[in-house]
Amino acid sequence: MPFKSTVGDYQTVATLETFGFLPPFTQDEIYDQIAYIIAQGWSPLVEHVHPSRSMSTYWSYWKLPFFGEKDLGVIVSELEACHRAYPDHHVRLVGYDAYTQSQGSCFVVFEGR
Amino acid sequence: MSKKYDAGVKEYRDTYWTPDYVPLDTDLLACFKCTGQEGVPKEEVAAAVAAESSTGTWSTVWSELLTDLDFYKGRCYRIEDVPGDKESFYAFIAYPLDLFEEGSITNVLTSLVGNVFGFKALRHLRLEDIRFPMAFIKTCPGPPNGICVERDRMNKYGRPLLGCTIKPKLGLSGKNYGRVVYECLRGGLDFTKDDENINSQPFQRWQNRFEFVAEAVQLAQEETGEKKGHYLNCTANTPEEMYERAEFAKELGQPIIMHDYITGGFTANTGLSKWCRKNGMLLHIHRAMHAVIDRHPKHGIHFRVLAKCLRLSGGDQLHTGTVVGKLEGDRQTTLGYIDQLRESFVPEDRSRGNFFDQDWGSMPGVFAVASGGIHVWHMPALVAIFGDDSVLQFGGGTHGHPWGSAAGAAANRVALEACVKARNAGREIEKEGRDILLEAAKHSPELAIALETWKEIKFEFDTVDKLDVQ
Repeated sequence: MPFKSTVGDYQTVATLETFGFLPPFTQDEIYDQIAYIIAQGWSPLVEHVHPSRSMSTYWSYWKLPFFGEKDLGVIVSELEACHRAYPDHHVRLVGYDAYTQSQGSCFVVFEGR
Repeated sequence: MSKKYDAGVKEYRDTYWTPDYVPLDTDLLACFKCTGQEGVPKEEVAAAVAAESSTGTWSTVWSELLTDLDFYKGRCYRIEDVPGDKESFYAFIAYPLDLFEEGSITNVLTSLVGNVFGFKALRHLRLEDIRFPMAFIKTCPGPPNGICVERDRMNKYGRPLLGCTIKPKLGLSGKNYGRVVYECLRGGLDFTKDDENINSQPFQRWQNRFEFVAEAVQLAQEETGEKKGHYLNCTANTPEEMYERAEFAKELGQPIIMHDYITGGFTANTGLSKWCRKNGMLLHIHRAMHAVIDRHPKHGIHFRVLAKCLRLSGGDQLHTGTVVGKLEGDRQTTLGYIDQLRESFVPEDRSRGNFFDQDWGSMPGVFAVASGGIHVWHMPALVAIFGDDSVLQFGGGTHGHPWGSAAGAAANRVALEACVKARNAGREIEKEGRDILLEAAKHSPELAIALETWKEIKFEFDTVDKLDVQ
């Protein structure tokens, strides 16, 4: 009988923190997450960085945090504008929580190459 | 007005039962569940507890008159029935702030849970809760870093953190141990943990472990592009050895160390926590021995008190039980004390076992750690119960994966992120947990196999210690 192993080989993957283990989000799924950020009362913030610097603490802000922005459409267009301006950069969306001075949400929307 | 010395034995209640007393904001308040010996009136039992845990002794002594004892004494100011329990009652006791050394949890516990617990007039005694006054809290060091700083250091946002204890918990050489650490971290965990039993045994001396683990953490970090850490257990036989281990962890560039705060003791814990603040090191806290103290519903110290004490003594993460796993823990009670770890104000809420309003002021929060007998099927409930400011730790649920620890880690990470994503999208993850996990498994063979492996495992025993509600 030929040898057949049931054990798979797990290959290490380079990931970008939260949601890095899920398949890329569809547009609707991204909308859901933006809606969540806004509903929590957090300020949306778009950041980007060249993939070679992805582990650094500070990514570049796209403009400034969108303090108090409640319009989902505005955030989507800012994400896209950032991606167009820096097509080879990672672009992530942050839900900035001024009360805890932390990020209630943070995930990469566009992966640069 | 000066008093006369009147030698002899007075009833405790004459001095220490003061139902008209209105507690001060600066008083330290305690709620004890008392079960007296038959025939002893409640007021006498409660007053005895107040006396023995503060200024009193069994006999009147002349030297009491050298001071103003009324200024220093603890007072029982309220007695309440315990719902559904005829033999026990709650005694509420107020202690003046000056009874305690500033910033010393050791001192508070020596007074409140000292000799009084062996007192003959009592059959059982349990310290249910302490209200620490702000004036005392501001003298305590608190968590060396807190939740916000830990997230910033580890670059983990918008989700619970994911960890796992290295298994087998005893018997691996340093190099083999480091291998397991590497496998877990490359698979997608944020942290791995020394088992609490691992200190510096003949099969694996601490220095050897620290070096191999540091290499594993570094490698996993480079390969995954994510921040990683391993709780290096610095609990040791003497404070000197504890600090020596902590220093070496720092020398190796490690982000986090670990301490067992009950077996190690509050004095050691507070010392190590201060060292961590000074040296930019995160501190994970294990709670071995807690169940000896907190599990009996009528005797000992409730864990909410031990949790409050830890937040004051210092730690960035504390084990809290899982509610759903193999270890004891009622859901409402657990929610009650994880609030005490993380919130800046916790209101009195008997349905969660919190007997007092507790204002934490500016004290940083502590991550709640859920660990023990949990696996992927528990993930939706864990995310719902513990929320984002938690560390979920799957030991057997990681290493027990048929493909090994890396695949087990990946399965847990996929499950976690699927639950967080679904929650954010407005789904009820506890109700829809099964669907959420099965959908996620379509993209992850590691998760599909994990779901198959653990589909039958449940831990459904009634909790021994329940909240006193009818």
